[in-house]
Amino acid sequence: MNPILENVRLNVLVSGTASDSHTWNLVYLQLFLEAMGNRVVNLGPCVPPQLLAGRCLEHRPELIVLSSVNGHGYQDGLRAITRVRQEPELAGVPAVIGGMLGVAGERDAASAARLCEAGFDAVFDDGNLEAFERFLARLAGTPAIASHGRAES
Amino acid sequence: MTVSFGQFVASAGRLVVQPRMGFSDPRQMRSGLEHTKFAAATTVGTLTLDSYTRVGDHDSARRAVADGVALNGYPIVTYPVELTRELLAGVADETFPVQVRHGSSRPQRIIRALTAAGLDATEGGPVSYCLPYGRTPLRDSVASWAESCELLARLVEPGRVPHLESFGGCMLGQLCPPSLLVAISVLEGLFFTQHGIDSISLSYAQQTDPTQDEEAIRALRRLGAEFLPVRADWHVVVYTYMGVYPLSAAGARRLLETSAELAVRSGAQRLIVKTVAEAHRIPTIEENVRALETAATVAVMTTVDSARSGPDTGIYAEARTFVEAVLELHPDAGAALLAAFSRGYLDIPYCLHPDNAGLSRSYIDDAGWLRWSAAGRMPIRPAAAPRDSAGMSPARLLSALNHVARKFDHSSQEARCIP
Repeated sequence: MNPILENVRLNVLVSGTASDSHTWNLVYLQLFLEAMGNRVVNLGPCVPPQLLAGRCLEHRPELIVLSSVNGHGYQDGLRAITRVRQEPELAGVPAVIGGMLGVAGERDAASAARLCEAGFDAVFDDGNLEAFERFLARLAGTPAIASHGRAES
Repeated sequence: MTVSFGQFVASAGRLVVQPRMGFSDPRQMRSGLEHTKFAAATTVGTLTLDSYTRVGDHDSARRAVADGVALNGYPIVTYPVELTRELLAGVADETFPVQVRHGSSRPQRIIRALTAAGLDATEGGPVSYCLPYGRTPLRDSVASWAESCELLARLVEPGRVPHLESFGGCMLGQLCPPSLLVAISVLEGLFFTQHGIDSISLSYAQQTDPTQDEEAIRALRRLGAEFLPVRADWHVVVYTYMGVYPLSAAGARRLLETSAELAVRSGAQRLIVKTVAEAHRIPTIEENVRALETAATVAVMTTVDSARSGPDTGIYAEARTFVEAVLELHPDAGAALLAAFSRGYLDIPYCLHPDNAGLSRSYIDDAGWLRWSAAGRMPIRPAAAPRDSAGMSPARLLSALNHVARKFDHSSQEARCIP
């Protein structure tokens, strides 16, 4: 494992999307993030945008991770991030979404671009965990979070 | 008097097979029902609803329909009742009952929509459609399901018999040990009968080992006979594996075949199939038909050896312990289930719902059987797990989640090497 990653210790909020009932992706992501030393609050499946924003304000995560595998991810993700970014205090919190986001089981570049425009910092619509890990490494390298990470570790 | 869903299955004389199938395009849905009906198998039809309808977000479903965006199922609440009646006309009949599958913890509007369209069969349950699938408080789900049972009983057309299937045999799809699946299925079935539904089915989802699964389904049948009222007409439905599915077509097909064998050997009367597309995407109609025909063919070729009862490793006793412990808490099954979850007497491993205690854990042992590694506050005393099975690392969880897929993908590769 990347030595930077081991020292990150971010407060991460993991959540499913509004219409997605799947749980195992969320259980796995929690273990995956915890194994790197991050602290995880897992909201579980079927989290509507309003609740997501509320819990983010409550927990103040340093990273928001949404996961969706039911085929409505492009649509649900868009509404989720739009609502989160409406909160001035959440405007700068890194947020990513991943999983299988479309009904057809194929990546949709235009929909992914819309997700980024709406406020996601990264979209892993092929469920690529290695790319997610690289994102975490880059995040750990950004000064504000890296210094915070070191202070906590 | 029309033939009810339960009567159809009971009198079929062979394993009834059923797809999971739902499209937002009514023409495609109609085609799916017709192809299911005319498949070379004894079939019942399915309307699987979309996720927006499931969570009660009918505005999003309506918007998607208006914008021409494909949904992952048929939005029965959004579409006008005439459209659904038209969809079913000439397809759903005495030779082809159609069931609505949805996944909702608050299904009242779905029940109203399906009965208005002339349907009478659906599925779910106060626990099985709540804890694994969302955030509805269990208390609300129990109340909603009580009301939904009573609505279904009241609103079906005269002469029709309402049918409800418990989804309790599939808590999170995988890694829930069989005894708890069996107990929840029986308890939900009992809940249905306490709220006016007397034609029911109890489910069990195929897990990791055929011998263990056969023992579990026999336990389910025995407990159903012991705990359901005599007036109830009921049968057992098996779900082909609901966890991470094999990637290869050969592995996927073989897993489906083993589920059909399991259903016949264990005395189940209905099977809900999975297709070769399961690991990749929502299946096409043709893939579903092929899966139905494969399962039906295997079922016909599977013989039942009534002398062979298999080992008793204690699944029945453990499931009975759960059922009795729950029913001791309250005579009303709904109240008893609520008390049982709040005390942690029932505790679904890995379930993230706030009303689940979250203290139980499970693992797959070296022989491929699903076992408890932690019982939390549940009233059972499972054999001690090996020390190294207690902690769940991400790698170990992934390995357990992929156990069945790996086994079937691997064995199908070996089979290809045979000249």
